[in-house]
Amino acid sequence: MMQMNGAELIVRLLERQGIRTIAGIPGGAILPLYDALSGSDIIRHVLARHEQGAGFMAQGMARVSGRPEVCFASSGPGATNLVTAIADARLDSIPMVAITGQVPLSMIGTDAFQEVDIYGMTVPITKHNFLVRSAAELLEVIPQAFRIAMSGRPGPVLVDVPKDVQNQIVSFEAYPEPVVPDPVPVLDMAAIETAARMIDQAERPVLYLGGGVVHSGASRLAVTLAEQAGLPTTMTLMALGTMPVDHPLSIGMLGMHAARYTNFVLEESDLLICVGARFDDRAIGKAAQFCPNAQIIHIDIDPAELHKIKTAHVAINGDVATVLEALLPRVKQSLRKRWLSHVDSLKSRFPMAMPGRDNPRTHYGLVHAVAAALDDEVVIATDVGQHQMWVAQAYPFRRPRQWLTSGGLGTMGFGVPAAIGAALSEPDRTVVCFTGDGSFKMNIQELATLAEEGLNVKIVLMNNNSLGLVYQQQNLFYGKRVFASKYRGEPDFLKIAEGFGIAAVDLDSSPNPRATLAQALQSRGPCLIHASISREEFVYPMVPPGAANTEMIGG
Amino acid sequence: MIEQVAEPLQQQGFAKVVLELEVNNHPGVMSHICNLFARRAFNVEGILCMPMSDASRSRIWLLVFEDQRLDQMVLQVEKLVDVLSVRRHGAEHEVFERLEKYFH
Repeated sequence: MMQMNGAELIVRLLERQGIRTIAGIPGGAILPLYDALSGSDIIRHVLARHEQGAGFMAQGMARVSGRPEVCFASSGPGATNLVTAIADARLDSIPMVAITGQVPLSMIGTDAFQEVDIYGMTVPITKHNFLVRSAAELLEVIPQAFRIAMSGRPGPVLVDVPKDVQNQIVSFEAYPEPVVPDPVPVLDMAAIETAARMIDQAERPVLYLGGGVVHSGASRLAVTLAEQAGLPTTMTLMALGTMPVDHPLSIGMLGMHAARYTNFVLEESDLLICVGARFDDRAIGKAAQFCPNAQIIHIDIDPAELHKIKTAHVAINGDVATVLEALLPRVKQSLRKRWLSHVDSLKSRFPMAMPGRDNPRTHYGLVHAVAAALDDEVVIATDVGQHQMWVAQAYPFRRPRQWLTSGGLGTMGFGVPAAIGAALSEPDRTVVCFTGDGSFKMNIQELATLAEEGLNVKIVLMNNNSLGLVYQQQNLFYGKRVFASKYRGEPDFLKIAEGFGIAAVDLDSSPNPRATLAQALQSRGPCLIHASISREEFVYPMVPPGAANTEMIGG
Repeated sequence: MIEQVAEPLQQQGFAKVVLELEVNNHPGVMSHICNLFARRAFNVEGILCMPMSDASRSRIWLLVFEDQRLDQMVLQVEKLVDVLSVRRHGAEHEVFERLEKYFH
């Protein structure tokens, strides 16, 4: 018979589930859990400077490892500060278990100090959530939280634990076993046969890969399918890296900031094979005019995604890797010369324009210079905005889980803490965080965490002293009425880094920015790399919000 | 060019449907279900919930309009962890009819 309090039980269950690092911030209502955690020899705690930072650190760990990771926060403001990171994990299907302290059970509903109904608040942004009512329940709830976070389409789970439940003594016979994901759905072989026939018969097929390919660990299978059937392959923002960018069948990212030829290839396709993607509006533009001549095969583990935006001719509910394994032996080898040579001609007529790509003082040139100084082992994180799109367009991604970005929620402030999380999970890799001055300031306090942990994170700050994507949209779509998008003050980011104890280099003042950059990237430890970018550089091409993908501006 | 926001769907005029849900019986299940309908602006005309005989489960009856979003709505309900099954019945199902006398 084992006996311990709820807090110790949580820590033991997390240890048994394989958790080795937890990011969080303590506070009154979670102190019993922190007290128990202080006694753990197995789990290391990383003290964030804001709970949102802790949430994104857990996400960064989960995005590179593929396993659910954990963050802690106290009740009230601690818990509400986690909300954005949880919503972000939901929209990008990232497995995460957030554990929050809550006021004691008897005080719930009394407007007690630092009481907030985080259970109620996180109903719409979690895959599932729990308010634990007794320490004994933890034996069930903690394993369930992990099982839910990692099964099917991954996602965040919140466990709210009142302080008295953390202190309550519980006796039990044996620990529950660590959980594994639920079995994947049984395949509809008839649908797979039909899909294979459609691929064989199509004249102008396109393979459309989404984040589900990353989550399922299916990128090699997806590339094999493309090679076997001669399929030009496009990737969503979330899927970058699933097919190496220089693969001859890659047609790059689709959607709002795709190369012109990519959207034109899709326009002409007669069969769209959508694998682990969800027809997001930033990817497909105006839904009614997306791939107007194409039949659709849609493969997804989430049955609610099938037919949600576009009705599929063949819908296959299943794990992407399992479905592709079943599909591969049924699809004929095909060179598809005519279609692929047409794709090539579209590519040479409407290529991705990257002005300044050889000059490291421009946005595209800087992205290329970073890539040139590093190998494919590096992890690239971004914040949200123009810099994110420039990196998505220009960085040569060649492996899955190389690329961490806030796709669905588009959270400014994601980059630095997510990069810290990635470095915590894989300390031997170099992690580069591209950020903009707007995003950087949204979680800049995590520089203190970064300095403390001494992680190998390089922050490349593309500074145009504005909210660049807002400035761009006001210029393009709001009659150049620029409002609230240019900063009047101009912080000295080099001094800020110095103040936090982080090395900094300025490419603006460097006579040889390429050499300065390479040196900063290759020396160990955290570093801020500052580069000014002209405010008048916009992200092109651009599909206006609400327009069809073929109505691109610029580029 | 600004995104066009669709008008909210008028639900009146559509046929009614009765949904029968079997769910785990614990506090919070109703909020998961009601929240799901509410945040998708899908009106629930009637709702009934009672524990089943073994008390670990409850049955929830929902009266809703059968507009074109209903299939997606049901798929979303089925994704909720505490929802064990969803069955669809026509509006002729008597469960709400027999309660009408309490709503005059």
